[in-house]
Order: sequence, then structure tokens, then C-alpha cells
Amino acid sequence: MGEWISEVWRAREILYFLAWRDVKVRYKQAALGVAWAVLQPLFTMIIFTFFFGRLAHIPSEGVPYPLFSYSALVLWTYFAVTLSQVGNSLVSNSSLITKIYFPRVLLPGAAAFGGLLDLVVSSVFLLGMLIYYRITPRWTLLLTPVFVAQTVLLVLGVGMLLAALNVRYRDVKYTIPFLTQIGLFVTPIIYPVTFLPHRFQSWLALNPMTGVIDGFRACLFGSHVDPAVLVCSWTVTLTLLLIGGLHFRTTERVFADIV
Amino acid sequence: MTASIIVEDLSKRYELGALRHETQLRDQLVRSLRAPFRRRTPKEIIWALRNVSFSVEEGEVVGIIGRNGAGKSTLLKILSKITYPTSGRVRAHGRVASLLEVGTGFHEELTGRENIFLNGSILGMRKREVDAKLDAIIAFAGVERFIDTPIKRYSSGMRLRLGFAVAAHLEPDVLIVDEVLAVGDAGFQKKCISAMEDLRGGGRTVLFVSHNMAAVENLCSRAIWIANGSVRLDGPTHSVIEAYMATFSTGESAASELSAVEGRRGGGEIRYTRVEFLSSDRELQTLTRAGKGIVVRLHYRAREPIERPSFGLKICTELGTVVSDTSTWLHGLDIPLVPAGEGYVELEIDSLNLLPGRYQFSLWINSCVQSHLYDGLENPVHLDIEETPIYGSTRRIDNRYGVVFFPQRWRLEGIASGAAVPVTANR
Repeated sequence: MGEWISEVWRAREILYFLAWRDVKVRYKQAALGVAWAVLQPLFTMIIFTFFFGRLAHIPSEGVPYPLFSYSALVLWTYFAVTLSQVGNSLVSNSSLITKIYFPRVLLPGAAAFGGLLDLVVSSVFLLGMLIYYRITPRWTLLLTPVFVAQTVLLVLGVGMLLAALNVRYRDVKYTIPFLTQIGLFVTPIIYPVTFLPHRFQSWLALNPMTGVIDGFRACLFGSHVDPAVLVCSWTVTLTLLLIGGLHFRTTERVFADIV
Repeated sequence: MTASIIVEDLSKRYELGALRHETQLRDQLVRSLRAPFRRRTPKEIIWALRNVSFSVEEGEVVGIIGRNGAGKSTLLKILSKITYPTSGRVRAHGRVASLLEVGTGFHEELTGRENIFLNGSILGMRKREVDAKLDAIIAFAGVERFIDTPIKRYSSGMRLRLGFAVAAHLEPDVLIVDEVLAVGDAGFQKKCISAMEDLRGGGRTVLFVSHNMAAVENLCSRAIWIANGSVRLDGPTHSVIEAYMATFSTGESAASELSAVEGRRGGGEIRYTRVEFLSSDRELQTLTRAGKGIVVRLHYRAREPIERPSFGLKICTELGTVVSDTSTWLHGLDIPLVPAGEGYVELEIDSLNLLPGRYQFSLWINSCVQSHLYDGLENPVHLDIEETPIYGSTRRIDNRYGVVFFPQRWRLEGIASGAAVPVTANR
């Protein structure tokens, strides 16, 4: 294990170049370029605000509904988009896997880090919205990176598991969009946790993104968050990271043979 | 001298069943639902390598030869840690770089310069190192003008030069190279060979897999011949190559069965079953020399009577350039009816004026009266044309000098001094 970590550390520049490649390629020949990082959550937010905020009158814990949904969408968009990229990272780089050796974990790693640029860009827009809606910044704003880091770990954990399974079973490719679509509804993005009947709330807490988004909102708006939900979220995240990492490590030797 | 690579009792097993059936979870579920208690069908096991041992001294340049499917590529993949052996182990000292392909990881949308950094990093170079060597790499590749152009606009030759240029600046202790010299134009191949020679001069250990016997003989002091997954012979290059080449005249079949070829197109009313390469007097020909006559006999089986078909054959170079595309229809031949059953047609070539190298054959049968394809096979067989004294000289003439040659001679009477020096004298 120690040897593996030092090998990954020595090859860290590959991670950087692979992530850099993904970022460069993503916005080449796209007229709007990196603006897409904002447009995607922005339009989703506008649609949500219209249907769920205006028409359905879903409560938003005293925060303006656009801000309420956009703040969650910043993290959720990163999660959903990047999870699909991490899950496909081995299959889409099969020409590398069959031709050259480097620590395989760098491929899902690069996909997870490559997505962070989009997150930074859409977060800048979020800051703009906070100013526009005159939300007084709290010191807890400084804690938001903790939830971003948790999302990265979660994407890595689930993504490594899916990526390794995807090498053998291409079904995974079709599962990921389905998973993230369901996830959009079983995560408090459109509605606050308190909107649900009490007996469903603890089930929702099993979804690690619930704690991430609740905690993230609490840092921004000072809304209430149940510490138990955060603990549960971190436990599930770290467990998934462990399972994903172990599965990845035990199967990576055969990637080149079956990809 | 110390050993640079030690290979101990290496074996690699592939299970064909595992490769074929398990890529869909559904298949597995269906199987276990249908017969929950039956054990899975035994898989077909292939030993790509079996008990291979050898060691390579520091600074040695070793050629690895053998036929397609002998296990050379598997060996290289294990040596470069891409795949893992089923048993046995490999110990390597120092920085190992493997080059199983030129330009691994190149991305179409990135510029030449960006791809140098990406490729260099994947091959194990530090960014500082690439920074320092960037100008040299660009100059070696000869792409200065296009360095900030996305490589999707590059020709295949430029892409190749760029890839090799990065690899040539790697400075590893051990270099593992697979057949990269087989492509590219003559000038570039010379550059590659001299880069390889520099590596040899620099005391680096090189393992070099190639079908190009001339290159192996020029570069390597020792050769290892792999056959059926084991080391058949290991020794001085010249004697290993000689022993290896000798097997071609008796061993390799000059006929290929086509019944089991996958991915064929067409309706299947009539299908090719077998191809044979014969000499002009209809003997099976195992060694095809440039410039000699050849008969390609195409066996078929028709399920039903076929009206007015046309039999076709296309010869391409390994890089896909069409050398000749011919058919009975093009020759104006009318075949009113092919009765159901088996038979054959022959294409007789008076002199096969192809330069030595590997050529791919594509075959088809279609209808002359309607647009219907009965059978279509993309590159099911290839033909290796061996080197031969083509122009009556002892020069090694191969596909670096083109694709075809014509009956020709140089006339030197016009040189002022009159007395021409015989060409054979200045070897």
C-alpha cells in the first residue's frame, strides 16, 4: 500500500496533464467556452424556480428560491457530470490502458479533478448571486471547501467502483445517467429536507449528497442542519471510498486484458 | 556486467470464454437463471506464454522475433507492466520506458506542442524535462511550422514523426520497442534507426520486437525467437534469424481457411471457403518472392445456383493503400451460372512486381445484374513478400523504396568518360 501511494505520488504530473487535457478538450471549438459551466446549472435553476418555486410553492427555508436551488445545483452538477466522466474514464481511455503503464487510479482521479474548474466557475456565479440577494456573508463561508472536498471523495469512491465495473460490464455506462437522474430527486435540491414527512427524512440522510448539500447551504445561509445527518453522510462517503478503492485495486491488474 | 532485465519462468494464460461472453451482465444473469445449479461451461484456455526465462545484460540490444500470435506482444506487455503474468516474474533495474505505439495518448484536438507535454508525461518524463527538450523534440520531428496547430490537421506521417521525436528524447535505462519502425517514409525510418543506434551507443538496454529482419539484424547483437509462447532459440542475431527464416519454407501454410472468418458481409448465398497461394505450376507456395509469378486460388461454396456473379480481389499495402483492385467483371468476363456446390476460381499473376513487405487481401463476390453482395471479407489474409535480389544487385530493397517495381534498367553509356563502374563493385 505504501509503495503504491509513493508510486502514485511520483506519477502525479500525469494526473495533472490528463486533467488538463480533459479541460482543454472540453471547451475547444465551443463558442461559449467555459460559460457552459454556468449555463447548465443556471438554466436548470430557472426551470426549477418557475415550476417548483412559483407554481408548486415549494418552501425554501427563507432563502430566495433561485438561490436555494442554484446553491445545490453547483455541487450537484459537478457530482452528476463528473461521476459520469469518472465512471467512463477507464473505458474511454482504453487505448492508453492497453499501450502504456502508469498507476491506473490516475484516470478516474484526473476526471474528478478536471471537473473542478467548472465547479469553480459556477461558484463564482454563486458568489455574485449572494451579493445580488444581499445575503450577509458568515464566517462559515470558509467551511464550504469541506463540502466540496467531500463531493470529490464521493465522486472518486463511487466513480472508481463504477469505472472498474464498467471495464467488464458495459451496462454501467447506461446505469450512470439513470442513477444521477434518480439522485436529483432523492437529494434535497428542489426541496428542503423538512419538506418531506418526518419518517422519510432519515432515509434521505442515507444519501451522502443530502448531508453535503444541507451542510453547504448551512454554511452559506446559516440554515439549520442536523449534525447526525452530517456524520451519516461522511460515514457513507468514506465507506464508499473504501469499497471503491479496494475494488479498483483488486481488479486493476486485469483492466488491460478485458477492457 | 549486471543484468538489466531478468525474466523468470513467465507464463500468461488467457481464458477465451471470459473475453467473449461476460461483457454484458445480462448474459451472466440469464445463464445463472436458466441453470442455477449447473457449473459454468469450461472456458477455452490459451497459454500466450509458457515458462519463458531469459535475462538481458545492461547495454545489450536484443531483438525479439517470431510470427504473429507467437506471444511477442504479450511478452512486451508484461515487461512494460501493462498486463500481469499468470505466474513467474520480471525484475527490471532502472527507468523502463515502453513504446508499444508511437504517440500514445495523443489527442486530436490538442496542438502539437500540447501533445508533446501530454505524451511525454504519460511516457514518464517530468515537465521540467520536457521543457528543457522541447526545442530538440520539435526539430527532430520537423514540424516547427505546425507546432501550434491541432494534430487533427496533421498528416499521418507528421503525427508519427512527432510521436517518435518525443520517444527518442526519453533517456530511459531500459527501452522496450514494438515494431514502430515498420511505418513511415524512408527518410524518417533512417532517422529512427540512427536514433536507435544512438541508444545502443549510449549503453542503454533495448528490447526490440520487429518483423523487419533487416532492422533486427542491423541493430541487435542478440535475438530471441519466440514460438508458441516459449523461447525457441536465443543467441547471436544472425544465427537466430537464419533458423527462424528457414521455418518459412516448410512450416507456414500457404493456404487460409476462410469459413470461420468473423465480421464478413454479404447475403451468404455463396461464400469463399479457402484461399491458396500457388506457384505458376500450381504447387502450394510457402515463400513468395518479389517479381515471381503467383496464382491465387479462391475456393467457394454456393448454397444455391448463382446467376452472373463477379469474383473480386483487392490487394492493399499494410497501411491500406490500394495496389490493385480487380474482378472478373472488370476483365469483361461473364459467368452465366455458378451451380450450387463447391469450386474455385484462379487469379493468375504473371509477375508479382511488389516490393518486399506485407500485403493485405480483401475478397468479395457480388452480382453483375443487381447491386447485391454475396460475400465480402476485409483483409482476411495477407501475403508476405520476401526480399529477393530485385534489380540483380545485392542491395536490400524493401517497402521503404515504394510499393511496386517495373522491369527496368539504368543506362550509363551517356556518361562522358564512357567507362561505367559496375554497380556491384562499390558495395
